[in-house]
Amino acid sequence: MSAEFAPWDEPDAVPLIKVENVTKRFGSFTAIDHIDIDIFPREFFALLGPSGCGKTTLMRMLAGFETPSEGRITIGGDDMAGVAPNKRPVNMMFQSYALFPHLSLWDNIAFGLKREGMEKDKIAARVEEMLKLVQLGKFAKRKPHQISGGQRQRVALARSLAKAPKLLLLDEPLGALDKKLRQETQFELMDIQERTGTTFVIVTHDQEEAMTVASRVAVMDHGKLIQVDTPQKIYEEPNSVYVADFIGDVNLVEGRATAVGEAAEFVWGEGQPSLVGMPGGGVQADRAATFAIRPEKIAISRDEPEARNRVHGKIIDIGYLGNLSTYHVQLPTGAMLTCEVGNRSRVARRDFTWEDEVWLSWTETAGMVLPS
Amino acid sequence: MTRLTPFNIVSLTLGFAFLYIPMLVLVVYSFNSSKLVTVWAGFSTKWYGELFRNEAFLEAAWVTVKVGFFSSTLATILGTMAAYTLVRRARFPGRTLFSGMIYAPLVMPEVITGLSLLLLFIAIGLDRGVLTIVLAHTTFSMCYVSVVVSSRLVTFNQSLEEAALDLGCTPFEAFRAVTLPIILPAVAAGWLLAFTLSLDDLVIASFTAGPSATTLPIKVFSSVRLGVSPEINALSTIIIGLVTIGVVTASLVSKRAISRRAAEERAAET
Amino acid sequence: MKRVFTAIPYLWLLGLFLVPFLIVLKISLSDAAIAIPPYMPTLDLSEGWAGLTSFLSELDMENFVFLTEDDLYWKAYLSSLKIAVLSTLLTLAVGLPIAYGMARAPEDWRPTLMMLVILPFWTSFLIRVYAWMGILSNEGLLNQLLISIGLISDPLVILNTNTAVYIGIVYTYLPFMILPIYASLERMDPSLLEAAEDLGCSRLTAFWIVTLPLARPGVIAGCFLVFIPAMGEFVIPSLLGGSSTLMIGKVLWEEFFSNRDWPVAGAVAIILLLILIVPIVLFQRQQAKAEAGH
Repeated sequence: MSAEFAPWDEPDAVPLIKVENVTKRFGSFTAIDHIDIDIFPREFFALLGPSGCGKTTLMRMLAGFETPSEGRITIGGDDMAGVAPNKRPVNMMFQSYALFPHLSLWDNIAFGLKREGMEKDKIAARVEEMLKLVQLGKFAKRKPHQISGGQRQRVALARSLAKAPKLLLLDEPLGALDKKLRQETQFELMDIQERTGTTFVIVTHDQEEAMTVASRVAVMDHGKLIQVDTPQKIYEEPNSVYVADFIGDVNLVEGRATAVGEAAEFVWGEGQPSLVGMPGGGVQADRAATFAIRPEKIAISRDEPEARNRVHGKIIDIGYLGNLSTYHVQLPTGAMLTCEVGNRSRVARRDFTWEDEVWLSWTETAGMVLPS
Repeated sequence: MTRLTPFNIVSLTLGFAFLYIPMLVLVVYSFNSSKLVTVWAGFSTKWYGELFRNEAFLEAAWVTVKVGFFSSTLATILGTMAAYTLVRRARFPGRTLFSGMIYAPLVMPEVITGLSLLLLFIAIGLDRGVLTIVLAHTTFSMCYVSVVVSSRLVTFNQSLEEAALDLGCTPFEAFRAVTLPIILPAVAAGWLLAFTLSLDDLVIASFTAGPSATTLPIKVFSSVRLGVSPEINALSTIIIGLVTIGVVTASLVSKRAISRRAAEERAAET
Repeated sequence: MKRVFTAIPYLWLLGLFLVPFLIVLKISLSDAAIAIPPYMPTLDLSEGWAGLTSFLSELDMENFVFLTEDDLYWKAYLSSLKIAVLSTLLTLAVGLPIAYGMARAPEDWRPTLMMLVILPFWTSFLIRVYAWMGILSNEGLLNQLLISIGLISDPLVILNTNTAVYIGIVYTYLPFMILPIYASLERMDPSLLEAAEDLGCSRLTAFWIVTLPLARPGVIAGCFLVFIPAMGEFVIPSLLGGSSTLMIGKVLWEEFFSNRDWPVAGAVAIILLLILIVPIVLFQRQQAKAEAGH
């Protein structure tokens, strides 16, 4: 992602998609609860959340398979109310891929072009172009069941891109692939997105995937938008305990915020020194708060360090993960903190072992103080 | 569970013997030269000759095939539409009545179905004949078709239809270009079932056929009422033979298609 | 498109299923008459409202009263019920071991066994009933066999008795019993039986307390699938049964074709349906429950 691509920060930028105050109810169940989002041209936008959070419903409303109960969706300035799925400038890549089993790959990709009434040789040229894009030229005559899962995923992508939609919706596009293939495909997806210049909206429950591919991530829960930001901000500056906990590993400590300004002071546990972190999510002084600190931001040492934030404890458990080791340290209050240390040298030099008394420390800007 | 106990072997052997010996007897005795069907008097194919010279039987067979063809084709169209409605439309006015009317004929005694349709045809002054049998057979076999087709539609991934809509199809184009080709085997099975039911039906046809149209089952029934006849044995043998060829071929074809597909899928993943 | 797909079969069924049924109901409340059609009154819509009210006032329950007075009818209902229940139980007794054996057979035999069960279903019902006429008659194959092995000296009279009807029903409806039971047994995890034996069950106890409860949905479905059509059966009693075999389907047929008493035939049909509604509703509820369970 180029550093200057940030249309959401430019006041004059015109969004491609505007979701305005949209609510969707199924009977008495509210799937989407008053959501506003602007998505800009050429963005790779991720809707992230656990299953049942409403992300798929939101995507299906963009595609036209569901209609909002309240609110308005516009795409390229046109109100989408009453516009059938087959009339929208939107294409979708389905979670199951939904490749037509009775048609060859070639015919699958040509399917949408034929509906447009495009000339035969133009269709052929476009299909060839798409097959080349996803590197499946030699499989054109095969049926979907005659290719592997990863190839099917690429056919589905080619088919949905063939009509050159303004907006491509991807519903858990990598969910059916194994981990290694998924990582390779993520980069392929980003590459294709950049080359075609299409706006992508991806739905996923995999936070790593969202962080890798997206220019911005919208974290959803129970039909509400919790935070919409760049991956870096979502990780480093979560606006709530929910986001901090959902994205990556985090240590959470309950306590109170005492002073909130540039930094926030946080008191907790009897006899424990106060901690300092960055305030976030509108945390207020003299209210219950949670201190969030990522395991990799914690340093571990045998001697008392100089750092502003430091706590003393005992190692309860050690996990060796190859690239890093995790230490589970119990504090005198009974709270457990996890810290991660990278294993830089190959020779396993056991600095610490079970039952060791150690110090954990981190900088003043490493942690966040968030409202509980 | 792949340990066959002696009890299992005995019950399977006796069970299949019970199912097949009566049919085998029919086949064997159709080649008996004696008129007395229970006394074996040597091999002969003369009853087949008699059968094919019997104008009344041939005429009835022709009527039966005609009725079967038209009624099963109509029933397949109506039953497929009904199945689509049952599976794809969760709510519409009168849905309960609709699904009730689809399932009721499946369990309705044939005598009642036949009686009620006859009374309808009389009430509206429709002359009984081939047309009335076709209407009657269509009505009950469309319900069987819709059960067969809807069991396929239930397992049909609805996102395939959505993908077609997404790629620019109208709902009807999506049905024709995607849904129908995929459920076609079930539709064909439904047609075959409807055709078989129509060929086989005695009771409803007896009520709804007028003097101008006699189907094969009606003819067979009136002749076997008087006792066993070697010509009927010959006819039964032909029917059993055709069905056996059909069913065995169908199961071999589908078995081969399944294993070929499995092989292709394995090949694709490596 | 969806509306068209609903409307066409809907209208067809209204016209050719519901309306005919209402006509039966109406005729069952009419009186027999020597006329064409042979019943009274007929609805004359040209007389408008007055025609409708006079039509309605002439309908009565006379035929139903008649059915209760003539003991032929309720004897026929009772005897149909008895034959249907007994033959359902017999079919279960024959079908359960077969289905169980099929479910235990090696996996690559099973499609063939399935095909062998389904094949008779595709051949003509009439022919399968007819096949037994040659076997069960006095000089038929069964008697020839029994005499030749010296088990009996005089032929048994089986054809044209209720015994022949039972044999006919068990034979023709056997696939309907086997298939649902097999379907529920086949899904059963074989390690359940191993677990039961591991926990100290004998093989027979394991069958009673593990296999049979798991096969219950199939057993229930199979019983309904045999009982409901057996109750209204016409072909089997008229070909294999005797003059003393009373089954309501046959009575209805004769009332209609031989006696030409349409109103009584209508009333017979309505009562048969009322008797069948209970098992039909039970069956559909069971099916819905089984579907929800998966």
